[in-house]
Amino acid sequence: MAQTIPVVIGVVVISFLLTRALPGDPAVYFAGDAADAASIQQVREALGLDKSMPQQFLIYVGDLLRGDLGQSLSSGQPVLTDLTYRLPASLELTLVALGLSCLIAIPLGVLAATRPGTWVDHLCRVLVTAGVSLPTFFTGVVLIYFFYYLTGWAPAPLGRLDFIYIEPDRVTGFYLIDSLLAGDIETFLGALKQLILPSITLALFTMAPIARMTRSAMISALSSDYIRTVRAAGLSRTTILRTYAFRNALLPVITTLGMVFSFSLGANVLVERVFAWPGIGSYAVDALVASDYAAVQGFVLAMALLFVFVNLLIDLLYSVVDPRIGFADNE
Amino acid sequence: MNRKISRRSLLKVGATAITASSLSFLKILPASAAAGDVLVTVTGQTINSLDLHRTGTNRASYQVAVNVYDRLVSFGTKEAVGGGMSYDYATIEPELAESWTVSEDGLLLTFKIKSDAKFHDGKSVTAQDVKWSFDRAVSVGGFPTVQMKAGGLIRPEQFTAVDDVTFTIALDKPSKLTLPDLAVPIPFVINSEVAKANATPEDPWAMEYLHKTPAGSGAFKVAAWKPGEQLIYERNDDWAGGELPGIKRLVLREVASPATRRALIERGDVQLSFNIPNKDAKELAGEVSVISTPIENCMHVLGLNTTFEPFQDPDVRKAMAYAIPYEEIFQAAAYGRGERLWGGAAKVDSTEWPRKSPYEYDMDKALDHLGKSAFSKGFDVPFSISLGLSDWMEPTALLIQESIAKLGIKSELEKIPGANWRTAALVEKRLPLHLDNFGGWLNYPCYYFFWAYQHGHLFNSSNYKNDEVEALVDETLHMSVEDPDYAPKIMRLFEIAFEDIPRIPLWQPALNVATNGAQGYEFWFHRQLDIRGLTSA
Repeated sequence: MAQTIPVVIGVVVISFLLTRALPGDPAVYFAGDAADAASIQQVREALGLDKSMPQQFLIYVGDLLRGDLGQSLSSGQPVLTDLTYRLPASLELTLVALGLSCLIAIPLGVLAATRPGTWVDHLCRVLVTAGVSLPTFFTGVVLIYFFYYLTGWAPAPLGRLDFIYIEPDRVTGFYLIDSLLAGDIETFLGALKQLILPSITLALFTMAPIARMTRSAMISALSSDYIRTVRAAGLSRTTILRTYAFRNALLPVITTLGMVFSFSLGANVLVERVFAWPGIGSYAVDALVASDYAAVQGFVLAMALLFVFVNLLIDLLYSVVDPRIGFADNE
Repeated sequence: MNRKISRRSLLKVGATAITASSLSFLKILPASAAAGDVLVTVTGQTINSLDLHRTGTNRASYQVAVNVYDRLVSFGTKEAVGGGMSYDYATIEPELAESWTVSEDGLLLTFKIKSDAKFHDGKSVTAQDVKWSFDRAVSVGGFPTVQMKAGGLIRPEQFTAVDDVTFTIALDKPSKLTLPDLAVPIPFVINSEVAKANATPEDPWAMEYLHKTPAGSGAFKVAAWKPGEQLIYERNDDWAGGELPGIKRLVLREVASPATRRALIERGDVQLSFNIPNKDAKELAGEVSVISTPIENCMHVLGLNTTFEPFQDPDVRKAMAYAIPYEEIFQAAAYGRGERLWGGAAKVDSTEWPRKSPYEYDMDKALDHLGKSAFSKGFDVPFSISLGLSDWMEPTALLIQESIAKLGIKSELEKIPGANWRTAALVEKRLPLHLDNFGGWLNYPCYYFFWAYQHGHLFNSSNYKNDEVEALVDETLHMSVEDPDYAPKIMRLFEIAFEDIPRIPLWQPALNVATNGAQGYEFWFHRQLDIRGLTSA
């Protein structure tokens, strides 16, 4: 906790300064089509942009302390409302994609590590290289073309829920969870169907680092002294792989997972565009294009807090996977 | 096809704000009849407010003012160039007003409001509501106030509610722009009682309330709205402003990716895709129904800034106008959608606008003119385009760049981010060579010249100043088109514009709409979707 406070303060200052350094004048942008100098000035005053920078900063920090992230101009909503609505959408997509990615990439990496140089290893390499080298918007459009446009198997890429479903009551903001809480299986399936193509798209992209890291961590674990010892002790192959090799190889994989999660949350803007996903990435990009200060600041701040949280979570996971780390802290 | 029928017959709408009454009407409708009652449309833009008068309301949101609110008057309907229907600038029709009269001297307009006109909450529309709404439009500042001013509507004192059904507007001078300006989206009529009840001392015009909660009398109500995702319209069955719309409900989904929008309309999962790219319009034509309407009073132009020394020489400007490969650009950037604006007659013979310029692609003439100027060896100039409009600006700029290089004019492409573009091009007017687009809502040439050719006005990005133009625009702007002086003066304006050529017309862009299962689409000057005439095909 003590470490996070300076980080957050730093993020607040930097995001404020960076947004002010953005090219473009929001007052002109939002004054509309036929605005003249006087009406632009009116808009500037209405937005509080006529005040000096330190004044603007003080107002911003004061609002922040009251939990007010300001009003987004491009969406017309309070930034906090936007974020609480859009962050779960992005998180749901990213987590499902990451889960899918792990389900494929980790076994694939383990298999490749146990049989280096065989066809499994090559398959793993081809798959992950292809996955990472195809840009997500391309994979997305190709998937839509085959599974929606040509065959009609996938539902219309119209965001989180087709319009024929009623949105579940909001509890967590995750449609999959909320619909189950409401006991509405139909909506759950509807939300799941909408998730399939975008999460595959994102999973293909995130598989590579996970599979590569699993493979190399497993190879180094398998060639280590302790594995030689347990082999000599005559333990079964499964026990060796699962208990001794994999558990030791998990640490770098978890680190990678944390990194992949962080970048894919920001990087899935292209997936969000293609699948009309109301996520946080496309929100930030729209806000940037419009020089929407409050929204950009809110986004940066939310992401910073999220990263701090994810790092904390990963540190905790370390100690679960490898109890030595926990002991070391206690000494 | 099974899937589609089940989708429609389900007719459950993803809305949080479905009211009990709307659910009951859904239940009693037989599935077969229900199929035609709901339309799904997609657009690439976000609706960021339900109140057009609010600071920061974007273009896409204007459609809410059109569909959910009424104005006193509206425009008629006519067949459009390029297929489909269009609003008719020449006819003004009643919307909330039953009738109106203009006094002898043209200074007093008196409107009688329809007695059966009711707001969505059942309250009758009164002259006091109109007065409050007009006061608001001229007081809130920003775009609404500027647009009101164009029609001579400047101060609240000009508006009077004589009694419940009589509303008058007093003008400082008679103007042909006043009535049409009452039919643009801005002067929409708000339920003033609801608004006042939700106003605060800091927010006397209830901007915060109306931003999310419309209080209108229009053909549709907003059943649900989620910025960045969707807006659901539901028909107002008591609408008095015109003929009852043929659809009960319209779901407007926001889909950012044009490729996804295209797949959706081709599959028929959505019935209308609004404002599709020119390329898609060309390729989809034949597969689904595509309507491309040339936008009235709107042109894509190449702007030559007269503060840049070489462009002060008329011969250099003419050389530029002859060096543009117009047809190639029209095909590459517009995919042949819209109207050509070059190769016209040398003599101006009508007040038609936009019209073809007398210029065409002729490198010999270009070299001739450049030779006569002080810059016969060419010069260097930055060529600015907006990243936000790069779909047409980039191919256009590249072709022009290549062509003027043959004259020795070296240009470097400067791509300006969308947020910066208006400041650089229109407010500071500092771009020597740039592409520009302006379209006037009020369809008069004098109105176009007012914005784009008069000195100091926003869309005069060329910093053009000509004393005769200044005088002619001032004279014609409020003059009746029937005035015998009008046509000659306008034609003179055209002659000067083509002779001085500070803005080189390229083409008149089109607004493209694809439909697959919907009909009755009508083009409007505000370039937003008016859903009131739509029906299921």
